[in-house]
Amino acid sequence: MSQALVIVAHGSHLNPGSSAPTYDHADTIRAAGAFDEVRTGFWKEEPSLREVLRTCEADEVYVVPMFISEGYFTEQVIPRELRLDGWDVADWDSDGLSADVATYTAEDTGQTVHYCGPVGTHESMTDVLVRRAESVTEDPDVGDGFGFAVVGHGTERNENSAKAIEYHAERVRETGRFEEVQALYMDEEPEVDDVTDYFESEDVVVVPLFVSDGFHTQEDIPEDMGLTDDYRDGYDVPAAVDGHRIWYAGAVGTESLMADVVLERAADAGADVSAAIESVRETTRVAPGADD
Amino acid sequence: MLARQFDALLSAADADGGVDFDGLRVARDDDGGYTFATPEHEATNLSESELHAHADGSPYVTDWYFWEREVQRHDSPRRAFLRHAEAADDHDAAARYDALADGMVTEWGQLRIEATLADAGDGVGSADGSRRYDVRHVDDADRAVEDLETYDDPLDARELAKHDDDGMYRPLKTGTNMPTGWAFHDLNWRDAVETVETLYPATVANWYRERQGRLDIDHWTDTTDRQTGIYGIVSELPREAVEWVAEAACDDSQCVKRREWQYDEGDELAADGGTGAFPCREPCSLVIAAARKWTKLEEEEPREYTFRLTPSEKEQIEGVIDAVADGRVDEIREADVYEDANRYRTRYLRAKLFDDHGNLGGVATEPEDGHGDHED
Repeated sequence: MSQALVIVAHGSHLNPGSSAPTYDHADTIRAAGAFDEVRTGFWKEEPSLREVLRTCEADEVYVVPMFISEGYFTEQVIPRELRLDGWDVADWDSDGLSADVATYTAEDTGQTVHYCGPVGTHESMTDVLVRRAESVTEDPDVGDGFGFAVVGHGTERNENSAKAIEYHAERVRETGRFEEVQALYMDEEPEVDDVTDYFESEDVVVVPLFVSDGFHTQEDIPEDMGLTDDYRDGYDVPAAVDGHRIWYAGAVGTESLMADVVLERAADAGADVSAAIESVRETTRVAPGADD
Repeated sequence: MLARQFDALLSAADADGGVDFDGLRVARDDDGGYTFATPEHEATNLSESELHAHADGSPYVTDWYFWEREVQRHDSPRRAFLRHAEAADDHDAAARYDALADGMVTEWGQLRIEATLADAGDGVGSADGSRRYDVRHVDDADRAVEDLETYDDPLDARELAKHDDDGMYRPLKTGTNMPTGWAFHDLNWRDAVETVETLYPATVANWYRERQGRLDIDHWTDTTDRQTGIYGIVSELPREAVEWVAEAACDDSQCVKRREWQYDEGDELAADGGTGAFPCREPCSLVIAAARKWTKLEEEEPREYTFRLTPSEKEQIEGVIDAVADGRVDEIREADVYEDANRYRTRYLRAKLFDDHGNLGGVATEPEDGHGDHED
């Protein structure tokens, strides 16, 4: 019985970089060899969610959504487009953070689909946020004297989005590694615009909990925080803002350790990937600067 | 023929029923001898070494090995596609080997896929029947592979096909703007299929379903009725406008797929579906996203505006729209003022006919405003 991994993501009609992290993580997992096939499918690119399952020959498919939160896409769009027969969000039995897996048959292909919760709400995502701080500072021991901000979109579009931000901010806080940890938002209080108001620490790492770099993470947030007046001019890392040094990390989804979260999701759903998790950790475990 | 190929043939001959594939029959007879038969000749009661002598150099044997021991997977899209690439269901192995020596070409959208037998080289390669494939843009058919950027990892196609020759992002993989100047050369069969599927995702799967008579088509109403969120309104687009959607987006000039979806089951669109090699089984995300905009635009009531234009100015406006719609703007030379969409001609028209608010003929878009600043 062959098994496939399908990573599903939003993609974009306008931004060519949107799908890049998904491809990168798929490549890392493919190289680990735990799945007979590793495929990617998109809402806005091809293969579409509608057709991605038919690009796999495997009978058993683990689908992991590259989305940050539970909500419209993970609960309505993806199950509908994948034609999961009898999909009922109640099968996830989730409070907005705890979806793990529900198993269905795809109507058009007959494949058994283990539909996993999104990467963004998995507990191991916290590790990726911290790793992102290590990557951007090029310091594997970053923490002392540093503040840490997790940035989310906000509640305007999705109430569960804030839950995921709060959840990971709290988990980072519990590690005790950083001096201060704060959840900030683009569209609600506390706003990322006022990032320096929320930190005593001179150094602050800012990590957006977004899957890919795009309009929000590359244009809005850097300008809102005052890193630059015009995103096209770029910005320094760190950049001086109101007496603080802001280490802006860009979207967490571009961090290579994200491949590990995808595999954890599949493992939680019953995929036999323990050897691959070890192998992927081996390739993603080192933050830049760690071996300098 | 390699030793392992003969070993495989021998064990297949000894197994129940022997070999019966694409004109080759090899079986162990009741008396212990072997039968070896091809469309050209038949020999019976052969010893193992006599069988070897018959099999050696026979295209039917290496052909059998390639399909049944390497590609395998009967009833799979990829096997059907590879057989399509050398017309294997229409010609026997001997004829195909002659053709493969020169290269057999299949066009797939803007792709040109050439199948050959592996390079003769020291003579071993050509004898084992393995195929090699070259995938490139049809416009590069006559270019030497050395003149092209060559790749061997199918996944490189993801980045390669992301931008057109002008560097613009291609949101539609089956758009007619596949970049040129590259080749996936000397691929094995597995990578050849993967490359095609990476450049044109799911096309092999849907083509195969269509050949089997089980392509699942979602017509316009099927697709729009299931939309939710911001796309929920698309089902309100009038039927007449869906014709214009198909004419605008699903034309051979814009997409290499052949549109198989209609307005509804039994309610065909008048717009031509195109001639693509592989089918389009439902309105794509690009069409749905554009249709959302058109749905909103179609909700507006027409108004009467009065403009005074010279006949040439009217024709120029028509010419500008044609040039933009056909993507010809970049081809118009800077000094070619005989072209309607020439930049200087167009700037002259704007200077003459637009007021300070950008209103054509000084006529406000919203009559009550007195001016009509363009807003999106």
